[in-house]
Amino acid sequence: MQEKPWKPWALLSPSLSAVFLLLVVPVCFIVVYSFWLRAPSGADIPAFQFGNYAKFFEDFFYPSILIRTIRVALETVILCLVMGYIPAYFFYRSESRHKSILLLLIMLPFWISFIIRTLSWINILGDSGLINYLLIEMGILNEPLSMLYNEGAVLMGLLQYLLPFMILNVYVSLDGIDKSLLEAARSLGCTEWQAFKEVVLPLSMPGVSAGCLLVFVLTAGTYLPPMILGGPGNDMIANLIFKRIIGTLDWPFGSAISVILLVLLGIIVFTYNRYLGINQIFKTLQ
Amino acid sequence: MTQERNPRLVRFEGIVKRFGTVTAVEKMDLDIAEGTLVTLLGPSGCGKTTLLRMIAGLEDPTEGDIYIKGERINDIPIHKRNLGMIFQNYALFPHKTIFDNVAFGLKYRNVNKAEVEKKVTQALEMVRLPGVEKRMPAQLSGGQQQRIALARAIVIEPDVLLMDEPLSALDENLREEMRREVDNLQQMLGVTTIFVTHDQREALSMSDKIVVMKDGKKLQEGTPDEVYNQPNNHFVADFLGHSNFAEGEVVGKENRFVKVRLKDGTIFRVEDTGRFQEGEPVELVVRAQKFDAFRQEEFTPDPEMNYFEGKIRDRSYMGGEVSYFVELPDGTEVHIISMMRTRIYEVGDSVSVQVAPRHCHLLPIET
Ligand SMILES: Nc1ncnc2c1ncn2[C@@H]1O[C@H](COP(=O)(O)OP(=O)(O)OP(=O)(O)O)[C@@H](O)[C@H]1O
Ligand SMILES: [Mg+2]
Repeated sequence: MQEKPWKPWALLSPSLSAVFLLLVVPVCFIVVYSFWLRAPSGADIPAFQFGNYAKFFEDFFYPSILIRTIRVALETVILCLVMGYIPAYFFYRSESRHKSILLLLIMLPFWISFIIRTLSWINILGDSGLINYLLIEMGILNEPLSMLYNEGAVLMGLLQYLLPFMILNVYVSLDGIDKSLLEAARSLGCTEWQAFKEVVLPLSMPGVSAGCLLVFVLTAGTYLPPMILGGPGNDMIANLIFKRIIGTLDWPFGSAISVILLVLLGIIVFTYNRYLGINQIFKTLQ
Repeated sequence: MTQERNPRLVRFEGIVKRFGTVTAVEKMDLDIAEGTLVTLLGPSGCGKTTLLRMIAGLEDPTEGDIYIKGERINDIPIHKRNLGMIFQNYALFPHKTIFDNVAFGLKYRNVNKAEVEKKVTQALEMVRLPGVEKRMPAQLSGGQQQRIALARAIVIEPDVLLMDEPLSALDENLREEMRREVDNLQQMLGVTTIFVTHDQREALSMSDKIVVMKDGKKLQEGTPDEVYNQPNNHFVADFLGHSNFAEGEVVGKENRFVKVRLKDGTIFRVEDTGRFQEGEPVELVVRAQKFDAFRQEEFTPDPEMNYFEGKIRDRSYMGGEVSYFVELPDGTEVHIISMMRTRIYEVGDSVSVQVAPRHCHLLPIET
């Protein structure tokens, strides 16, 4: 093509400037802030020193939150994958005319505020919530079962937030698999299950890996479910940042933690891309 | 081998398939002989694919039984039927190498590794694509991919090879080449093949038997020659080749001929098949290729022939042939196709047209 080389850039410039102004500039501010000194009173003091980073690694308290964040994120990924693949596969195989309505139902939760949805779990899992109320009414329990403010509740909250992302990612990938491939496999001697293993599963991997990455990154940066549904021991790294910046107004330290999270996620995404090929994901989405 | 061919390798008995209120296949009875290539031919939506998918087990018949080698297969699952299937879009596994694609069916057939390699190599040679084992499907052209699909299907030595419009995704030239390839391969292997198409040329050129379908029903089955030259109803005559139709009435018989009076009063003589009696209304069919046109002043009527006069209204060239529309005195038009090497007429020329009685056919009037 004889396109002028600057043309794509010109066309991209509105979005590029938006990304630059709304994303790159604030991140730069945060990076700069992370080197500043916190004054005991009054404004923070501009500086270039690594004290805030050193503080993070001083004892095991802060890194352990980081490790917990990664562990919870991995748990969420696995739960979402198992619970998301099955409905996505069901949609793929369904010949129903109402398939698009079912898919729309997956999006339905997005129409209700994330905070409301998270809070509503208190009414379900709480001591006087729906489940305990029913179990006690039916005489199965005498005392309410304590289900809130632990990691299980946090995972539940994360799952209800992230499951649609996983289902949709996997579904898009599955939907691109020509059904005649399955029929070809079956006619060549595969049982239904073997055809799934040989054809569907490997061809749906792009969607699976995109979904996993998305769920992982979103979990690692979330703070609402642990804040609302978790106990004191369930804080994740974003809660820590929130508490430092909003709670104790320690902008420099909060910024340093943010940068650590950013770098860590960057490394993970980069490595993931390297070995699983995110580019491949975009190709299959086309 | 050739002596003991099973004349009913595949057998349909009263097959009906309904999708909700749509009847895709209606009361189909059909026998397919071992080693033959049978084409299911018909317009879009006539149930060809559905019929094929029922043999494969991808669709269950609503009524009736299907037999392969005398065994009722209605309840045998797809993967136990030992059939080769070729799809319009090739359906190669995009994440597997050509070798793994071709070897796929052998994996489920307890073939040892050395044997698998030998068979895959052989199959690739048969489709004239040796040495592509390590490539991925996307690295091959459409025609090559379809050949791999063919290799994948024949390597398992299927009882029946099922092909659903396998050539329609290819461009014109390639299609011709692939058609011959499929034909040769089928004859070489002697594998019973059911071939679905709505392309009459494809059907006529490669089939041992053609089954013409319409609205889920079998209208006629026979050799290409039979269905082309002796269509037994209006639809078949119209669907295969260019035919002219005229309504008339049997007015008498004479020697080997039936005399038919057409609406405009012309008397046509048609070979007597014993199917029609005096007084019966009939439809006369003549293929456009069977007419001979002459300049009126040079024409000497032959009492053995049927003939009429008209004016050339329209002329167009189709490859090596010329297509004319001849207008008769009463305004009806007759379609004539003649070879290029004969004399070429101009629009407006007066011509005499003749056709031999053996090229005229009678059909019952359909209501
Ligand atoms: N899964 C299905 N659900 C509902 N109706 C169907 C289904 N499959 C086929 N039909 C209907 O059955 C009829 C026959 O379809 P079929 O696909 O067998 O036609 P075909 O002869 O193969 O046509 P084409 O040349 O277009 O491929 C059509 O009217 C079609 O709409
Ligand atoms: Mg079809």
